Amino acid sequence: MKTGAKIIIEGLQREGVETIFGYPGGSVLPIYDELYDSSLQHILVRHEQAAAHAADGYARASGRVGVCLATSGPGACNLVTGIATAYMDSIPVVALTGQVPTSLLGNDAFQESDITGITMPITKHNYLVKNPQDLGRVIREAFYIAGTGRPGPVLVDLPKDVCTATVEDREIYPEEVKLRGYQPTLRGHARQIAKAVQLMEQAERPVIYAGGGIISAEASSELVELAELGGIPVTTTLMGLGGIPCDHPLNLGMLGMHGTEYANYAVTESDLLISIGVRFDDRVTGKVQTFAPHAAIIHIDVDPAEIGKNKKVDVPIVGNAKQVLRAMITALKKKPSTGLWLDRIRTWKAKHPLRYQGDGCLRPQYIIQQLSSLLDGKGIIVSEVGQNQMWTAQYYCFRRPRSWLTSGGLGTMGYGFPASIGAHFACPDQIVFDISGDGSFQMNIQELGTVAQYKVPVKVAILNNMYLGMVRQWQELFYDRRYSFTELPPLEFVKIAQAYGIDGMKVESSDEVVPALKTAIETEGPFILDFRIEREENVFPMVPAGAAINEMIGGHPKQEEPCLPGPSWKGAMSGGQVR
Amino acid sequence: MKLHTLSVLVENKAGVLSRVAGLFSRRGFNIESLAVGTCEEPSMSRMTIVVIGDDAQVEQVMKQLNKLIDVIKVSDITENETVDRELALIKVGAEPGSTRAEVMQIASIFRAAIVDVGAKTVVLEVTGDMKKIDALENLLKQYGVKEMVRTGKIAMLRGAKTVKSEK
Repeated sequence: MKTGAKIIIEGLQREGVETIFGYPGGSVLPIYDELYDSSLQHILVRHEQAAAHAADGYARASGRVGVCLATSGPGACNLVTGIATAYMDSIPVVALTGQVPTSLLGNDAFQESDITGITMPITKHNYLVKNPQDLGRVIREAFYIAGTGRPGPVLVDLPKDVCTATVEDREIYPEEVKLRGYQPTLRGHARQIAKAVQLMEQAERPVIYAGGGIISAEASSELVELAELGGIPVTTTLMGLGGIPCDHPLNLGMLGMHGTEYANYAVTESDLLISIGVRFDDRVTGKVQTFAPHAAIIHIDVDPAEIGKNKKVDVPIVGNAKQVLRAMITALKKKPSTGLWLDRIRTWKAKHPLRYQGDGCLRPQYIIQQLSSLLDGKGIIVSEVGQNQMWTAQYYCFRRPRSWLTSGGLGTMGYGFPASIGAHFACPDQIVFDISGDGSFQMNIQELGTVAQYKVPVKVAILNNMYLGMVRQWQELFYDRRYSFTELPPLEFVKIAQAYGIDGMKVESSDEVVPALKTAIETEGPFILDFRIEREENVFPMVPAGAAINEMIGGHPKQEEPCLPGPSWKGAMSGGQVR
Repeated sequence: MKLHTLSVLVENKAGVLSRVAGLFSRRGFNIESLAVGTCEEPSMSRMTIVVIGDDAQVEQVMKQLNKLIDVIKVSDITENETVDRELALIKVGAEPGSTRAEVMQIASIFRAAIVDVGAKTVVLEVTGDMKKIDALENLLKQYGVKEMVRTGKIAMLRGAKTVKSEK
């Protein structure tokens, strides 16, 4: 005989889980009691949201399914933002939640919430297990669904009495998963692939538009191979960064709202857009009617519902990116003549590079560039959301898949710090850097407690401008500089870190940047860097909302303005009026 | 924009209806009617959903339905030869005398059954396609339709063809 809780823990181990992130509570007591003697590593976070983000970071860094655990009611509800984050970016996570006993379900019992109802729109699938006999099968299915096809989060709700019930010890875990309603198509349709290859062979101005599907399907080497074979330039989405090395001659960097000018020009002028593992998100396409207006569009995606959802497609191919690209590489016989096209792109690259003022002020772009050259493609970079995220996407040179973790779809501030904890446990040999903002960091700052407890050696680089910078940027550009509730009072992050026993350093000038980054890298444990950056630095270039992506603003910064931080910082730090 | 009839085979499990209904409201799809019940295979249920939309919208509806793990098969049977029926109960004011006689006469023309007779009302039970029921309702309006309940359309392919899961 086995208890439900034992079946759950054994089920996790059978699925190869080594680490879970969680927070105990009344309804999950039976599971925590079982964990007490188990060989599973449990990381105690300080807020359930962080457990979900850590599981997500673990999954993104490793490619394996991340697991988080929370109690019923408030615990489960606190997971919601993390689950939604994973859902929007198609990240495999299994979330286990305690629930009130089945006899109390629906009674508004203490710490009861209908978490399967709440998470229905933000999970790939979810379960409320009412019969302990089902536990083994449900755990098996949850991992299978989370990790296959288009990956995503699966929630399993576990009433307390189901966890304490005992079950006969046979045939608990099915060998095979049988789901007649779930059979993802992985192999692309041969005729469609032939059609796509034919279009590629005839194209004169082709562009590959690659996204997160490349990362989740482990298809980076196929992507690079196809690009090289066809002489086709590649632009990636925010989620696809690292899919092709940043310094590859065919790489155009990121496209879209804060993409490079040359990526956006290339897509706009292209005659063939080969879209792989992308979803034509509005932050990528801008005004969708004018996105790639001259191009025939090939769309490869494992999720048929993405094909044709936002943009009409000429050649739809449902399948796994790796398998489809492999088939296309085999089928491609004639190299398209893209010499003239690549020349044109080279001209754009030379004429419109990413740029910022190199005037010696402490500029965030400079910090990111220095970090990039110090780490030289090693390590895992995690970001928060906002300006910090866009500057990192633009200026950090990603060379490998899974070296860049960011909340793309949901845009969750507070994601980065807990996700970097997850990334560390997935890849303990790699250095993990969270590029943060002062706003985002404060959204999950309590995780300093987790980092301190487990001596998680993550480094946090706070690009501190005492603003919710991206919102302030929009207010500057589109709301007549009316900075409505975007200014944050000054804060000594290093002192906060020190209270947790974590070291840190405040950096106020650009010549301190490299030594400070080196100190952080060489410090064995966690380290906090508080960079007091130019307060009103903007992310450019930028496509205003609703414009076509070749109508970018701010590609050419004004020359030589004085450094801004000095006086305003001093005024702020002396406790006087911030503005 | 036109009406599409979808025949949807789903797992016969708790929560499936709310997954399907939630999907429609969340994605802004319009349901004209939805009928669900058990079918020839006890572990499955069959839904007949009538949706309004252009072809692209309905294609997206079908793809999103297919993504639900508990949905086994989705078929758009709008263009197929189908038998489609709806059942309605209509309570009509029918005082004894000439009105009642007229109502009963209309009922018999529509092959509707009188399933309840009260002092001042009768209840008609009618099956047919949606247009027929609309027509009957319109005719009965002059006598006073006190209450009406309709099941929503159910539909089935004509001939030997079936809407079945592949396995």
